[in-house]
Amino acid sequence: MKPSARKPNWNVLGLLPAHLIMVLTLIIPIGIIIVVSFSTRGPYGGFEYVFTTAPYKQLLFNEGWTGELEFNPQYLIVVARTLVLSAVTTSICLLLSFPVAYFIALRRPTIKVLLIYLVTLPFWVSMIVRVYSWIIILGKDGVIEKTLRGVGLVDNMGSLLFGNTAMLVGLVYSYIPLMILPIFASIEKLDPALIEASHDLYGNRLITLRRVILPLTRPGMIAGAILVFVPSLGAVLEPTLLGGGKTMMMGNLIQLQFGGARNWPLGAAIAIVLMAAVMIFLVFQGLRSMRIEGLERAS
Amino acid sequence: MNDEAGLRAPRKAVEIKGVSKVFGTYQALKPVSFDIYDNEFFTLLGPSGCGKTTLLRMIAGFEQPTTGQIFLHGSNIQGLPPHKRRVNTVFQSYALFPHMSVEQNIGFGLENLGWSKDRRDARVADMLRLVHMEAFAGRKPQQLSGGQRQRVALARALAPEPEVLLLDEPLSALDLKLRQAMRDELRILQRKTGITFVFVTHDQEEALDLSDRICVLGDGEIQQLGTPAAIYEEPSNRFVADFIGETNFLDAEVIAVNGEQATVTTQLGMTLTASHKKAVAGQKAFMSIRPEKISLPAQANPIAVDGTIMGTNYLGGYTYYLVETGGTTLRISKRNSVSRGQMFEIGQSVKVGFAAESVRILGA
Ligand SMILES: Nc1ncnc2c1ncn2[C@@H]1O[C@H](COP(=O)(O)OP(=O)(O)OP(=O)(O)O)[C@@H](O)[C@H]1O
Ligand SMILES: [Mg+2]
Repeated sequence: MKPSARKPNWNVLGLLPAHLIMVLTLIIPIGIIIVVSFSTRGPYGGFEYVFTTAPYKQLLFNEGWTGELEFNPQYLIVVARTLVLSAVTTSICLLLSFPVAYFIALRRPTIKVLLIYLVTLPFWVSMIVRVYSWIIILGKDGVIEKTLRGVGLVDNMGSLLFGNTAMLVGLVYSYIPLMILPIFASIEKLDPALIEASHDLYGNRLITLRRVILPLTRPGMIAGAILVFVPSLGAVLEPTLLGGGKTMMMGNLIQLQFGGARNWPLGAAIAIVLMAAVMIFLVFQGLRSMRIEGLERAS
Repeated sequence: MNDEAGLRAPRKAVEIKGVSKVFGTYQALKPVSFDIYDNEFFTLLGPSGCGKTTLLRMIAGFEQPTTGQIFLHGSNIQGLPPHKRRVNTVFQSYALFPHMSVEQNIGFGLENLGWSKDRRDARVADMLRLVHMEAFAGRKPQQLSGGQRQRVALARALAPEPEVLLLDEPLSALDLKLRQAMRDELRILQRKTGITFVFVTHDQEEALDLSDRICVLGDGEIQQLGTPAAIYEEPSNRFVADFIGETNFLDAEVIAVNGEQATVTTQLGMTLTASHKKAVAGQKAFMSIRPEKISLPAQANPIAVDGTIMGTNYLGGYTYYLVETGGTTLRISKRNSVSRGQMFEIGQSVKVGFAAESVRILGA
């Protein structure tokens, strides 16, 4: 036996407060949500402790009068829309952020600080106000429509608001700083000598971007993708304000179940599905980056 | 030009014509002009901040000259981007691509030049053999020691057979022993490949050891350009005499100048005639004499003075003696070729001597 094994393991005791907080704020609430998702809906909202899998069935099926199950894609569409919108949001953020981050990283230090401050500036304003402002921009008689009409490009344009496009615009707008910052950090860390070495070895700009800059800033892009994709999945404000209550995402669907629809078990079941989606995504990302590292180490 | 008496004039690899560089308002390099010949080991030597890296980066294409032009084998490369210049650089920090293996690093330039896979693989293998790194082909740069990274950086830069190889203080990150070993390897590599090396260093010993010719830079201009021996033996000013090797400076008064020779009265009292640079009759000058050119004790030297040993520095191979004489202290080095019993004691009176040929007079 190693001598250290005889000593009491103070690490466990020292970390006890952290463990307690984890249990109190993470494990127990998730446990409660799981319990609720398997409970029966109360007559006036709330729930009763009667075990049932009905909320999960309800995600996919309607129960007919005679108890027969009838496939209902209504919720599945919301889940699919959420996944697709989040993926598209992440892709657009990635495409827009890289040039922005690169531009900022190449500025002089004082300007760099200023630009980074500007990128984070929206976080100082209430999220509701920021998302709401898009209603003014996109809405009927909004800034965009008026401008286009003024120039004479369109005569009568339907509202841009209340639909997938408006939600997408809101999501990209809300989460793009979370993509710019980690990419900026990874470009900052990039040794300029490596870029010079690539040019020195007959690599033009495109080759240098593809073979040197992109591979070396991939960790920042992965971090940014996680930071944008995960909150997009759970977004509430953007679909509520810009989706117009009809086109929903999982976030406001859950809110609706706990609020207006008074179906707590269904809301809890959707929340669990959402959480599972996030966890699957993260595990997948983790495995991928582990495999990449493993490959790099093995070769 | 016609060949004369069967002698072929060496081909110019790089021509620097009136090249200067200004950063903002700061003149990093005053206009300089010189040629670097084919198959030459050419060194840019100078103290920190004198513009060595700037000059190298202008040859590589990373900086544009403020004035002047650079020619590569006769063609003006003004405005040509780095990836279109047949010039490769060994960076001070090596700048190996961390996400690529040793092989991929070495093959990177060849790939961009459009070499076929077979040709590339053969060349990479040759390069690995050349720098004795065959066993590390698949490793990542992080898994290599400093000396090994250095070799990979050399192989990567040599692989595309550049017209000129630029090396910016490539040995400065290595420890002393490795630095010595790599020096020999650099020299051998240059001979084997026949590629023109332009080597930047602030280490005068390294420069003397490696170079065919040295260009001494100081204060943003050329102080002297010549072979190591010429620069050491016939420095053209006080800066060069001071920077290259060690020397004793003594005050002198110029009595007469006669062609290559100047007659001076030195601080030590005697009058002597020696080779000079820029001495003007009637003006003050410096007399420079290297520590190893002073005999202790004086033998049959034409010039001898009395002195007192003020200090000794034992350095293994040789010993430095500080000898006070004529109101100044001379630094004298003496090989420890005989047993230690021969050494001098502090306070001992001695006679030191030297020949006028060992003296260099430099105009103030
Ligand atoms: N991009 C730049 N902007 C402004 N000044 C610069 C720049 N690059 C170099 N300088 C200045 O030009 C001068 C010469 O720099 P350079 O790097 O060529 O020196 P060096 O001889 O290589 O020195 P060292 O031995 O320390 O590497 C220095 O005073 C430096 O501060
Ligand atoms: Mg330098």
